[in-house]
Amino acid sequence: MQDQNIESSTYNDAVIRQFSIMAVVWGVVGMLVGVIIAAQLVWPELNLGLPWTSFGRLRPLHTNAVIFAFGGCTLFATSYYVVQRTCQVKLFCGKLASFTFWGWQLVILAAAISLPLGYTQGKEYAELEWPIDLLIAVVWVSYAVVFFGTIARRKVKHIYVANWFFGAFILTVALLHIVNSAAIPASFMKSYSAYAGVQDAMVQWWYGHNAVGFFLTAGFLGIMYYFVPKQAGRPVYSYSLSVVHFWALIFTYMWAGPHHLHYTALPDWTQSLGMAFSLILLAPSWGGMINGIMTMSGAWHKLRTDPILRFMIVSLSFYGMSTFEGPMMAIKTVNSLSHYTDWTVGHVHSGALGWVGLVSMGALYYMVPRLFGQKQMHSMKAIELHFWLATIGIVLYISALWISGVMEGLMWRAINTDGTLTYTFVESVKAKHPYYIIRLLGGLLYLSGMTIMLWNVIKTATSGKAATATIPAVAAHA
Amino acid sequence: MDINTLRILTTVVSFIMFVGILVWVWRNRNTSDFKDAANLPFKDDQS
Repeated sequence: MQDQNIESSTYNDAVIRQFSIMAVVWGVVGMLVGVIIAAQLVWPELNLGLPWTSFGRLRPLHTNAVIFAFGGCTLFATSYYVVQRTCQVKLFCGKLASFTFWGWQLVILAAAISLPLGYTQGKEYAELEWPIDLLIAVVWVSYAVVFFGTIARRKVKHIYVANWFFGAFILTVALLHIVNSAAIPASFMKSYSAYAGVQDAMVQWWYGHNAVGFFLTAGFLGIMYYFVPKQAGRPVYSYSLSVVHFWALIFTYMWAGPHHLHYTALPDWTQSLGMAFSLILLAPSWGGMINGIMTMSGAWHKLRTDPILRFMIVSLSFYGMSTFEGPMMAIKTVNSLSHYTDWTVGHVHSGALGWVGLVSMGALYYMVPRLFGQKQMHSMKAIELHFWLATIGIVLYISALWISGVMEGLMWRAINTDGTLTYTFVESVKAKHPYYIIRLLGGLLYLSGMTIMLWNVIKTATSGKAATATIPAVAAHA
Repeated sequence: MDINTLRILTTVVSFIMFVGILVWVWRNRNTSDFKDAANLPFKDDQS
C-alpha cells in the first residue's frame, strides 16, 4: 500500500529519459545523412554507384530521420513531460507509454532499413510501405490513449495551452496518416494508393502541408508554450492571445495544402483557396511568435547569460521569418518563380533547422539535467558553442539556397527576344555549384553542433542518475 | 440535403464558432481563470 502511494506520487520520467536520449541520437544520424546527400549534390560520385546509397533513396531517409525520428522523439518526450507537470498527475498507463517508445523505435528502424532498399510509396514524407504504416497507426493510437488518458485524470481544472497544441498535433497526425496512407496492398512491401490522379495529389499535399502544420508546428508550439515560460521564469506574455493563436491556427491550417500544387492539374479555384488561406496563416503564426518572444519582456537581460533561452528565442525568430516567407511563396506569382527551385529547400530548412531544431534543442537542454538529477548540463560552454555553430550553420545554409534558388528560377524563365530559352537546364545546374558547397558547409556546422550536444547529453546522463520527481502533494486549484 | 449545402454550413458554422471564441476570450481576458491557467507551469516548482 505504502509502495503504491509512492508509485502514484511520482511522475513517470523513465519513458521521457528514453525518448530524450534517442531524440539526440537520431538527430545526429538524420543530420549526418543530410550532410551526406548535400555532399552528393556537390560531388555526385559520392553515391558510390550503388543503388542503396543513391540520392533518391537517402533523401527520404534523411527527411524521415530528422522529422519523425529526431522531431518525433522530441515531441514524445516533451509532451509526456509537459502533460504530467501541468496536469499534476502521473502518465496514464505506463506500460502503454513504454510501448510507444519501443514501437516508435521499431518504426524508425524499419524506415532505416526499407528506404535504402528502395521500398517506397512514393509520397513525400509518407514514403513508408503499408506494413510500417500499420505499425505507425497502432503506436500513434496508443500515444493518443496515453496522452488524453493523462489529461482525463488531471488534478487541476484547466488544461494548459501547451496541452491543447500537443493534443491537436496528436489527433490531426492520426487523421492525416490514416487518410493519406490508405492503399491497396499488392504484396508484402508493395502497395498502390487508394486515390488516383489529381485527387491523389491533393490528398498527398493536404497531408504534406498539415504534417508541417501539425507535426512540425503545433507540436513544437506546445514545446514553446511550456519551456519558454519555464526557462524565462515568467508566465506566457498573454494567455488570451495563446487561446486565439490556437483556434486561429486550427481553423486555417487545414486549407493551405493546395499551395504545393500551383499551376498543376488541380482546379484553379482550389489553388486560389490554398493561396488565400496560406496568406491568412500569417496572422496566427505571428501572433504566436510575438506571444513567445514577448514572454521575455522584462527579462531580456537573461538572454545575455543563458544560452538555453537563446536557443528558444532565436528559434522563435526563425519561426517568424519562415512563417512570413511561407505565405509569400504561396502567392501564385511568387510561386511561379520559387516552385521547384532551391528556394523551397532553403525555406523548409529555415523552418526545420531554425525553428523546429533550435526549440527542440532548447527544450532537451532544459529537460535532460532535470531528468538525471543534475542542476545543469555537464558543460554550459558546450551549449554556448552549439548555439553559435547551429546559428551560423543555418544562416549559411538558407542564404546560399535563397541565392541559388532565385538565380535558378530566373534562369529557367529567361527568354531571348526571339522567344527561345536563354539558358539550358544544365547551365542552371552548373551555376548552383558554389552555393551547394556553402550549403554543405552550413549543414556540417549544424551537424557538428548536434554532435557536441550528444557528447554533452551523454556526459550529463552518465554523471547523474535517473531522478524521480514527486508530484506536489496538494493539488493546486487552477 | 445537397452535399454542397452541408459543406457551406460547416464552413459558416466554423466561422461563427471562431468569432464566438474571440468574443469569449476577450470577455475573459482579465479573469483569474486565465491568470491561473497561465501560471500552471509554475505550480510544481519544488525543484
